[in-house]
Amino acid sequence: MDYFYLIPLALVLGGLALGAFMWSMKSGQYDDLAGAAERILFEEDDRPAPDKPPRESGLSSNTN
Amino acid sequence: MSCCGPSAELALATTDPHIADEELLLASRMVGDGIRQTDLSVPSIHCGGCIQKIESALDALPRVEQARVNLSTKRVSIRWRDDKTPPPFIATLENIGYHAHLNDPDADAKDQTLTELIRALAVSGFAASNIMGFSIAIWVGAEPETRIMFHWISALIACPALIYSGHVFFQSAWRALRHGQTNMDVPISIGVLLAFGMSLYETINHGVHAYFDASISLLFFLLIGRTLDYMMRERARTAVKGLARLASRGALVVQDDGTHAYLPVDDIQPGMTILLPAGERVPVDARVAQGQSEIDCALVTGESLPQAATAGSALSAGMLNLTGPLTIVATATAKNSFLAEMLRMMETAEAGRSVYRRIADRASRLYAPVVHLTALLTFIGWMIATGDVHRAITIAIAVLIITCPCALGLAVPMVQVVAARRLFENGIMIKDGSALERLAEIDTVVFDKTGTLTLDRLRLANAVDPDALKLAASMAAHSRHPYSRALATARQDRRLTPLVLSDISETPGAGLETHVDGATYRLGRADWALNSSQAHIPSSAGVVLARNGQLQATFSFESDLRPDVRRSIAEVSSQGCRVEIMSGDRDGPVRDLAVALGVSYRAGVSPVGKSQHIADLSAAGQRVLMVGDGLNDTPALAAAHASMAPASAADVSRSAADLVFLHDSLLAVPQAMTVARNANRLVRQNLLLAIGYNVIAVPIAILGHVTPLIAAVAMSGSSLVVIANALRLGGPRKDKHQPAPEPGAVASALSFQMKEAR
Repeated sequence: MDYFYLIPLALVLGGLALGAFMWSMKSGQYDDLAGAAERILFEEDDRPAPDKPPRESGLSSNTN
Repeated sequence: MSCCGPSAELALATTDPHIADEELLLASRMVGDGIRQTDLSVPSIHCGGCIQKIESALDALPRVEQARVNLSTKRVSIRWRDDKTPPPFIATLENIGYHAHLNDPDADAKDQTLTELIRALAVSGFAASNIMGFSIAIWVGAEPETRIMFHWISALIACPALIYSGHVFFQSAWRALRHGQTNMDVPISIGVLLAFGMSLYETINHGVHAYFDASISLLFFLLIGRTLDYMMRERARTAVKGLARLASRGALVVQDDGTHAYLPVDDIQPGMTILLPAGERVPVDARVAQGQSEIDCALVTGESLPQAATAGSALSAGMLNLTGPLTIVATATAKNSFLAEMLRMMETAEAGRSVYRRIADRASRLYAPVVHLTALLTFIGWMIATGDVHRAITIAIAVLIITCPCALGLAVPMVQVVAARRLFENGIMIKDGSALERLAEIDTVVFDKTGTLTLDRLRLANAVDPDALKLAASMAAHSRHPYSRALATARQDRRLTPLVLSDISETPGAGLETHVDGATYRLGRADWALNSSQAHIPSSAGVVLARNGQLQATFSFESDLRPDVRRSIAEVSSQGCRVEIMSGDRDGPVRDLAVALGVSYRAGVSPVGKSQHIADLSAAGQRVLMVGDGLNDTPALAAAHASMAPASAADVSRSAADLVFLHDSLLAVPQAMTVARNANRLVRQNLLLAIGYNVIAVPIAILGHVTPLIAAVAMSGSSLVVIANALRLGGPRKDKHQPAPEPGAVASALSFQMKEAR
């Protein structure tokens, strides 16, 4: 049982990867895959997406 | 960027940049801090250059905080500081050659279901791979203590994953059971839950066999199928949603105190006076009070040539005002207008259509009872043979696990996803998998004429002197009348350089007038442009060009046929389908086209008549595919076994149709039918494979020889075979060398001449 610590370690690392995926999906990084592939070629500095992608904004309300 | 965006000239000639500021404001929403957001759909975005061009052009506008292009959905989100009027987004985009239109703000909510499915998929993938790691260690031969510990760790991973990822299936199964029905999710849920429950029991009692890996990897495989299926439908839905909306959102109403107000369509009451500028659609059924113009009724009645409108003419909601501003008085509310009436008829037609049960549901209806009965008989058999309850239950559950319809659950969606992708590459959007199944059964195809077999634009039909055409086209460039556009297109086709003309005036309903070198030129109706002394007016002429009242040239027009009409009809017939034309247009043009194409026809059919005819055909046992675009086709689209609409169709027709094709070519119809038939064949093969797997595996399970290792290999193996088979789907691949459409050549070969309407 000398290497027992490897089991929780593996699970934690896997869990971290899962968490990272969940986070990246929630923050809208998969919303425009085709666009991201093109933007990397732009020469000038591209600003990062706003804190929250526009479509997700919780404050949205229809007027009128 | 030379690759993107049509030239500005072309964009000006073909678009209707008529979205009022009020409408933009109505469609935008507050996102806090005095910032508003507007979402525009820009279908022609297609490369990185477009992103840069659009973002820099919009960012340069005053009060624009940020513009962000989404290349996948072909949308632009613009955030701007709130003020009375929005910055001129649409005009800016028009100037750089992109046609933009408004997106429905409500329909744009972030897609929760897909996110949920992908999360469930990620969790089950994580759990399945880890549990499989432990299981392999056990299968290789672990000491009992290690095995027990690994079982416990697997149980700890499996339990939350099962609850989180499995609820997709459990919910659907529970809904079905509550309504006294079964679907594919019922045997799936039972299998997965029993496998987990038995494994937990074995773990607690330090047993040898635990099926944690089987139960979670089952979920993983099935979630892949479910997610792909959903993404396919979602992509088609967004693509269709991205098309221009044709129904008007509101209208400019003259109030009692003489001021104007922009009211949403739903607030318009009968008796209200509405100002209808040229280029706008009629919001509700109305009567013309004042003004003179021409009206495009193609989407509403199927009439292909523009109709004159003067005081007293009745208009239906959805008609397009072409030339002059009109003052109209509403005669019905939006709820009682033509459009709403079509919607009601569509619902009636849909209710009358027999409910279609999908192949997977039909299969599971047979499958579930058989499987559950087999498990029960196995239990009884082992009880009689050995009297050992634990052993009998274990083996009965093993039967349920091995028959858990993993391959069956993947058999249908995998094929349909591949088929939908094939169709997508050819510019055909399919709403759901059941449409594909229904399309494969078609034996009769009914085409609408206007807008379906023909395009919604006109074409110059006769040969004219180039100089006259040059002058006429240069005058016509100042008008958006369909005849004018046809002239402008004809000039471009013949590569004539336009003249620079000043002082052009348009008389609505009559024509255009200009002065060159002291002479007065008129382009328009013969009785307006020519002197009364001009005795002979050619009857086939659409418009004439006159110099000081003397006839210079006549121009006649015909509907431009959709590319590949003849080939498409031949291909559809060669697939064993009967073809018919059914139109709301007058008898003459319909007959000419039907005779040229060699198919039977019905002309002057009312919307009710269309839907009734489809119902009659269905009652006679025929499976009808309706291809149509107009509002008047909507009830027929809903009544048919399957339906298709071109991208240029009315909103309602597009949402009523099962498939929408984006390219001009009518070849989309035979292509879609071929793909559907191939897909249907593969689905049947896959179902056979899944059943064949069970025929082999079930006896092994009944005899009690199934171990977790065998279960894992058998189930993954059968799933992979089914997936591999689905990928074989052939059919039309993306055609890189699509021949340039030659509508002119096709049309003249058919000598299909539209007669002048007046």
